[in-house]
Amino acid sequence: MVHRARAAHVGTCLSAADILAVLYGRVLRVNPVAPAMLHRDRFVQSKGHGGAALYAVLAERGFFPAVWLEKYCQDGSPLAGHVSHRGVPGVEASTGSLGHGLSMGCGMAFAARAAGEGARVFVLLSDGELDEGSIWEAVMLAGHHGLRNLCAIVDYNKIQSFGRVDEVLRLEPLGAKLGAFGWAVREIDGHDHAALEAALTELDPTRPTVVLAHTIKGKGVSFMEDRLEWHYRSPSPEQLAQALRELGDAP
Amino acid sequence: MRTAFVEALCAEAEANPALWLLTGDLGYSVLERFATRFPDRFLNVGVAEQNMVGVAAGLALSGKTVVTYSIVNFATLRCLEQIRCDVCYHQADVKIVGVGGGFAYGALGPTHHGLEDLSVLAAMPGIDVLAPADPVEARLATVSMLRRPGPTYLRLGKAGEANVHNESPSFDRGRMIRVRDGSDALIITTGGLLAEALTAAAQWSRSGREAAVWSCPWLRPFDSVAVAEAATEFPVVLTAEEATLSGGLAASVAVALGGVAGSRAKLKVAGVPTEIGPSTISQQAARAQFGLDAAGLLARLSVV
Repeated sequence: MVHRARAAHVGTCLSAADILAVLYGRVLRVNPVAPAMLHRDRFVQSKGHGGAALYAVLAERGFFPAVWLEKYCQDGSPLAGHVSHRGVPGVEASTGSLGHGLSMGCGMAFAARAAGEGARVFVLLSDGELDEGSIWEAVMLAGHHGLRNLCAIVDYNKIQSFGRVDEVLRLEPLGAKLGAFGWAVREIDGHDHAALEAALTELDPTRPTVVLAHTIKGKGVSFMEDRLEWHYRSPSPEQLAQALRELGDAP
Repeated sequence: MRTAFVEALCAEAEANPALWLLTGDLGYSVLERFATRFPDRFLNVGVAEQNMVGVAAGLALSGKTVVTYSIVNFATLRCLEQIRCDVCYHQADVKIVGVGGGFAYGALGPTHHGLEDLSVLAAMPGIDVLAPADPVEARLATVSMLRRPGPTYLRLGKAGEANVHNESPSFDRGRMIRVRDGSDALIITTGGLLAEALTAAAQWSRSGREAAVWSCPWLRPFDSVAVAEAATEFPVVLTAEEATLSGGLAASVAVALGGVAGSRAKLKVAGVPTEIGPSTISQQAARAQFGLDAAGLLARLSVV
């Protein structure tokens, strides 16, 4: 998808792929045939620049035909470079400007709590995104109100867009910070499907949960792993071929 | 206007169980009546306006009708990107309410002067922009916006404004309200300047000339049709807004007039220039300074 459109953000998609696979494969109570099903779980991908990954997963689950993916990022396609809801079944909220998704997730969580049917809200954040102050406004609100049906996931790949997280704005001790705001914190390997499933299904009974998913930007493709430039670069045909080989030819 | 808004909001909330109110820690002595009657649908998010709008969008995407509330600049400029992306792009059923439009809080300093909100929100895609003239229009505006799903910005004064309308006028979405007849000039006002315009018109009448006065509570959708009619009916159109002259009423009228072949109306505009203004000034003194009070509007009418 990304190669065809000469688009960017491959590295960020690969670090999130396992998280999305487990969410949509094993955790989310959603219905591809009835995307607006009442009392469904909701997923907001606040790191909207990983849109390609979300679209791929939604197509895989059957929310829309896989052939749509061929037009990702191209003229007139509903599949915009960053996550867009318009005309895309299964997308709960459009994102792309960092720092908005957790607030929207809080709103959805308040509504779901009022409905009392056990629906959960999951929000995927990037690590760089935690630089945005609005995230911490939402963190405070959810912590204060004990929004236990809200689960945030941080795709903690340690690289943002103009440097490593440790060089730009140090997040550690991240777990302690979030715990201090009233969240239950789980730290796991973000590429371990069993750990992901456990963390995402056993939410804290009284507090919002945050899963710090330690990941590798560009995971699975040797020449992309842990490299800043693959936030931006688009793979050449040769690179695409090698990447697909390394990933086991599973697109 | 604030009281009219809150009373209408509570009446609508009684009838609509999906109506929620969020505040950014403001509304002391104003919002309690909502909070105590509908505690499960009221949320003080604290002094966190960006989060407030995002939360409102999330609630709206879950089927609620949501009102956010703060002082004009904090309700709008502070969280503008959230309004643009989370509310407008989703066409979410969120009503942004700002109190203290214009110089209503003039003595509190420029941070509290609500001047750019109208033109900035008028530039956003797919959002109604409302600036009622008095408590009567404020009540009608509140009911109207709550009954039509979709983004809306409602700019209120604060408390204590007199009613200008004696009875409820027709209040159709996107339509100006013709308040006074005349044919020698047309004054169009948005927000709380309607009373000043009517006083100016009454005084001008003593010189034998009659000004029509229209209230324009709907900045978006804008009543271009009415302005197009005015283009051939009146020799002079004077606009007045307690806001920057930068994309609000004057600009909207200018674009509408300019598109009319055979327009004979000369356009005069009254408003606040985009310059650093006075820091500490009462609303009345500010209106006088910027020619927005009756005397100022009369002076503009009297000059050819």
